[in-house]
Amino acid sequence: MNALHVTTTRIFYAILLLLAVLVLNFTMMHLAPGDVADTIAQSMGGADEETMAQIRADYGLDKSFLVQLGSYLGRVLRFDLGYSFYYNQPVTSLILQRLPATLLLVFTAQIFAMFIGVVLGVISARRPNGILSHFVTFIALFGYSAPVFWTGILLLIGFSLKIQWFPVAGMRDVTLEGGFAVRALDIMRHMVLPTITLSSIFLALYSRLSRASMMETLGSDYVRTAKAKGLTEREVVYKHALKNALSPVITLAGLQFSAVISGAVLVETVFAWPGLGTLAFQSILARDTPTILGILFFSSSLL
Amino acid sequence: MKHSTKNLVAATLIAVCAAGTGWAQDTPKAGGTLVVALPGGTPRVLNPAVQSGTATGMPGSQLFASPLRYDEDWTPKPYLAKSWEVSDDGLKVTLHLQENATFHDGVPITSEDVAFSVDVIKKYHPFKSMFAPVESVDTPDEHTAVLNLTSPHPALMLAMSGQLMAIIPKHIYGDGQDPKNHPRNNQDVVGSGPFKLVEFKPGEHVILERYDGYWEEGLPYLDRIVARIINDSSARAIALQNGEIQLSTFEMEPTTINRLQSDENLTVTKEGYGGIGAIDWLAMNTTRGPLQDVRVRQAIAYAIDKNFILKALMRGTAVEAKTGIHPDSPLYNPEVEAYEVDLDKANALLDEAGFPLENGKRFELNIELPGFPGYKAQTEYIKAALSKVGIDVTVRAHPDFPTWARVMGNMEFDLSMDSVYNWGDPVIGVNRTYLSSNIGKGVWSNTQGYANARVDEILAAAATEMDAEKRKALYSEFQEIVAEEVPIYFINAVPQHSVYSNKVGNPPQGIWASSSPMDKIYLKD
Repeated sequence: MNALHVTTTRIFYAILLLLAVLVLNFTMMHLAPGDVADTIAQSMGGADEETMAQIRADYGLDKSFLVQLGSYLGRVLRFDLGYSFYYNQPVTSLILQRLPATLLLVFTAQIFAMFIGVVLGVISARRPNGILSHFVTFIALFGYSAPVFWTGILLLIGFSLKIQWFPVAGMRDVTLEGGFAVRALDIMRHMVLPTITLSSIFLALYSRLSRASMMETLGSDYVRTAKAKGLTEREVVYKHALKNALSPVITLAGLQFSAVISGAVLVETVFAWPGLGTLAFQSILARDTPTILGILFFSSSLL
Repeated sequence: MKHSTKNLVAATLIAVCAAGTGWAQDTPKAGGTLVVALPGGTPRVLNPAVQSGTATGMPGSQLFASPLRYDEDWTPKPYLAKSWEVSDDGLKVTLHLQENATFHDGVPITSEDVAFSVDVIKKYHPFKSMFAPVESVDTPDEHTAVLNLTSPHPALMLAMSGQLMAIIPKHIYGDGQDPKNHPRNNQDVVGSGPFKLVEFKPGEHVILERYDGYWEEGLPYLDRIVARIINDSSARAIALQNGEIQLSTFEMEPTTINRLQSDENLTVTKEGYGGIGAIDWLAMNTTRGPLQDVRVRQAIAYAIDKNFILKALMRGTAVEAKTGIHPDSPLYNPEVEAYEVDLDKANALLDEAGFPLENGKRFELNIELPGFPGYKAQTEYIKAALSKVGIDVTVRAHPDFPTWARVMGNMEFDLSMDSVYNWGDPVIGVNRTYLSSNIGKGVWSNTQGYANARVDEILAAAATEMDAEKRKALYSEFQEIVAEEVPIYFINAVPQHSVYSNKVGNPPQGIWASSSPMDKIYLKD
C-alpha cells in the first residue's frame, strides 16, 4: 500500500516536472526573436510576405501564445509530439530515427572512457610520482582541455587522410553490399574515431578519480592486512582494492551521462553522425519548436 | 603580392587546360555510383516546385526535369521541351515536349502536367515573380503547352530551367492534398528527371538510382548517386581528399578551397555559379541617421579597401563584384564606379556632408554580424577601416539566423554584411533589393529602404523588354545609378566552388552548378 502510494506520487511529480519543462521551454522559444518561418525563408533563398504569412498560418504561428501553448500541451497529453515544421515529418518518427545512433555512440564512448580511465588511474596510483603517472596525467588533461572539434578534425587528418584506416563521416557505407556481419563491421569501423573523440573529454575525469580513490584505498587498513597476509601486490590491487575504489567511479558515470549526451552534439557534427545531437542543434538554429520540445521531452523522460 | 597573383593565374590556366583536355578526349562510360556531398545539409522537401534553395536543388534537379537547361554561355538548350517558340508580341510561349518522356511510374509526361506544374509553382513557390505574368496554359495536344502571358516576360526563359520549374505529375500531386506538405514530396517520389528516388534519410543521405525509362537513349550514365549530408566543411574536405566523396558543390570557405586546390587528385572550379549568382555585400540602411546622406555612403565605400578583403580575407578565392548582378551574368556592367580606396576623398565627403571630425570621431554606427558563418572577419575589418575616417562602429553579433533576419527585415540596422542570390534573371532575384515597392518586407527584401523613381522605372521596363540589347542597356544604366548612390557597397561574388575527383567526367557546370541534371556525368576507369 505504502510502496504503491510512493510510486504514484513519484509518477505524478515526474509528469508535472515534464510538463513544467515543456511549458518553460515553449515560452523561451516563443520569446526568442524570429520563428521557423524565417529559417524556412532562409532555406528557400528568401520569400515574399505572402509566402511568409502562408507558412505562419499553416503552422498556427499566427495564433496567440496561449492558444499555441494550449494546443501543443493538449497534443502532448494525447502522446502526440506534433509535426516538425522544418523537416516536414512527425516529430516522434524523426526522433526514433535518430535515437539509436546517439545511444550507440554515447554508451560505447561512456564504457570506453570508463574502462580506459580506470586502467590509467590504477596504473598511475601504483606509482603516484613515477614517469608513467605523469604521462597519464598529461594525456588525460590534454584530452579534457582540447576542444572536441579540434580533437575530431585532428583524428580525421591522422587516421582518415594520412593513414586511411577509418572513414571520415557518417555511420555506414551505403554503397556496401553484404549481410548482417558485413554491415555491423562497417558500423564499427565508422564508430572508432567518434568514440575516441567523445570519450577523450571524460577520460580525464575517470582516470583522475580512479587514481585518487585507488590511492586512498591502497592506504587503508584492510589493504595493509591483505599485504600482511602475504598476497602479491597484483592480487591486492586488482582483487581487493579495485572493487572498493570503483564505487565513486560508477557514481560519477551516472552523473556524467547527461554531459556525454551534450558532448555528443559536437562529435556528431564533426563526424556527420546521424544522431539526435545534430538534430537538436539544427532544430534550435531553425527555431523548429516541436522538434526541440520533442527531444527535450524524450531526454527528460529518460533521465 | 605580385608573385602570388601570378602563381594563381598560372595555376588557374593549368587547371583549365588540364580540365579541358581531360574530358574532351574521354568517351563517357556508363555505370558506377557517384558519391556527392549534399550542399546545404538536409533538404526540407525534395520537390523543387514548392521549395527553393540549393539543398532541395541538388536532389530535386535529378528527380524532376525542367523544360530547358542552360550551358556555360547562358544559352537555353532543349531538355524536357525539345523545342520552343516565343510569339512576336512576346505574349505566347509554346513548348513542344519530348514525345517519349515518362514519369518514374511509367505514365507519359503531357502538356497537362506542364499546366498543372505552372499552377502549383505560381501558388506555392517562394519566387512569385517567375510566373506572375503567366495567365493561363493552353494544352492544344498532349505534347504542346502554350503559356499565355499578360505582358512580355523575358525572365521566363531562365525561370524554365534548373530547379526553378520542376515538371511534377498531376496524377500524384493533383489529388487534392496541399502540394506544399504533400507526403509524396519526400517519400515515394514520382519524378520526371533522369534519376529516381531510392531512399531519403534526413540527416544522413539521399540515394538516387538511374531511371531506365528516361527519354534520352543511353542516359543517364551513372547507375546511382548517393548524396551524403556532411555539415562540417573540414570533414567534407577530408572526405574529398581520401576519396570517400567524389564531388562537392557550393564549397565557399577560402581556407578549405585553397587547401583542396593543392591536391592533385582534385579539380576545384568556380565555374557554374552564375545562375545562382550569390554576392557578398555591405548593406546600408538609407533611412537612418547619417546614412541618409549619399555622401556618407560614398565615403564609407572609399574608406574600405576591397583589395584587402579579396586578398587577405577571401585569400584570392573570390571575384570582385561591383554591382548587384553577378559578374558571370551577361547583364553585368563592370564599367561602374569601383570606389578604389581613398581616405582623403572619404574624409572630404564626410566633412562636406556636415560631420566634422571632433576628438577623432565623427559619428557612431552599428554593424550587425549575421547569425550564419562567414562574415566575422569582414565585419571586424569594416569596423577598423571606418574608424580611420572617424566613424565609430559597434559590432552587434547575432546568435542565429532568425534574430538577425528580424533586425534586417524590420530595418533596425545601420550596416550589415549580407549575401543575396540572383537566381538567374534579375527579375527573380535582383529586383527585390531595389524596388521601392518592396521596402522592409522581411529579410532579403529592399531592407536598405532604397527608393529611386528612375530605378523603379528601369526595372519595370527591363522586365518586359524582349530586345536583348535594349534590355542589357537598361540593366547597365540601373547598375550605374545604384553604384553612384551606394545603398549597398558590393564586395565580391560569393566564392562558391565545385570540387571533384579527377575521376569524374562532365562535372556539373552550365550556370546552375548542382541544381542542374547530372544525366551526363560519368565515372572514368
